[in-house]
Amino acid sequence: MSPHECRHLLGDLSEYLDGEASAELCAEIERHLADCEDCRVVIDTLRKTVLLYHDLPRPGLPAGARERLFKALDLPI
Amino acid sequence: MTAIDQEAALLERIRAGDKAACGECVELHSPGVYRLALRMMRNEAEAEDVVQETFLSAFKAIDAFEGRAGLSTWLYRIAYNAALMRLRRVQPLVVSVDEPLELEDGTEVPRELHDWCCLPERDFETAEARTELERAIHELPEKLRAVFVLRELEGLTTEQAAEALDLSADNVKTRLHRARLWLRERLSGYFAELARVREESAT
Repeated sequence: MSPHECRHLLGDLSEYLDGEASAELCAEIERHLADCEDCRVVIDTLRKTVLLYHDLPRPGLPAGARERLFKALDLPI
Repeated sequence: MTAIDQEAALLERIRAGDKAACGECVELHSPGVYRLALRMMRNEAEAEDVVQETFLSAFKAIDAFEGRAGLSTWLYRIAYNAALMRLRRVQPLVVSVDEPLELEDGTEVPRELHDWCCLPERDFETAEARTELERAIHELPEKLRAVFVLRELEGLTTEQAAEALDLSADNVKTRLHRARLWLRERLSGYFAELARVREESAT
């Protein structure tokens, strides 16, 4: 990464990805991305990383844990 | 009835000592609390203990709950503190040795710059890829992990995560961003290598 501008924008990439960056910042980032292959790769792989985690299943309690929990809390199952 | 009204009604019943209401609350919120506890403790039995402790404390302190933050946020907060207490008991003041390189402003510098987005979708859906994703979360530095879990996996807003973890909203945003960069770097180790292999076999 070319040190200065890339580093300057690096801290704002999540805001940009989440659609929370100001129009001014978006324009600045997009201008930079047009000329910087490294930052394009970083933002594309960062976006993909976020998508991969959003797709992870959300497991419930493991087998038997619900019963143990209700018992420990003295609640009717 | 709105979700807020339903929660208020449930709270009223819990405060009146209604055990069925406590059961409903546990049913509704224990999976999320367990997932946070598991990511923090990295051990199923310990995570279960944290969940038990969380609901025991919560029902005991239910009169002190102001309802400002929402019940699930409050439960995450209790669980997070219970998990931290346990972690501190096991490893007091241990600084993680796998902290990545940091800039002065706390942002990690990306080092892996090979583009792996071009991989076919099936390469992201394998058991091996799933294991890599899980392992990366497992290895995420502790101070970034809870923010990542609550914001990215449990879907809390920045404000809710800030309330649950007793951080400022800006601090939540910064930690989430650092967690994402850290995970991108960590996953790139696997996916960039896979992309290189695919590219070589295609030529």
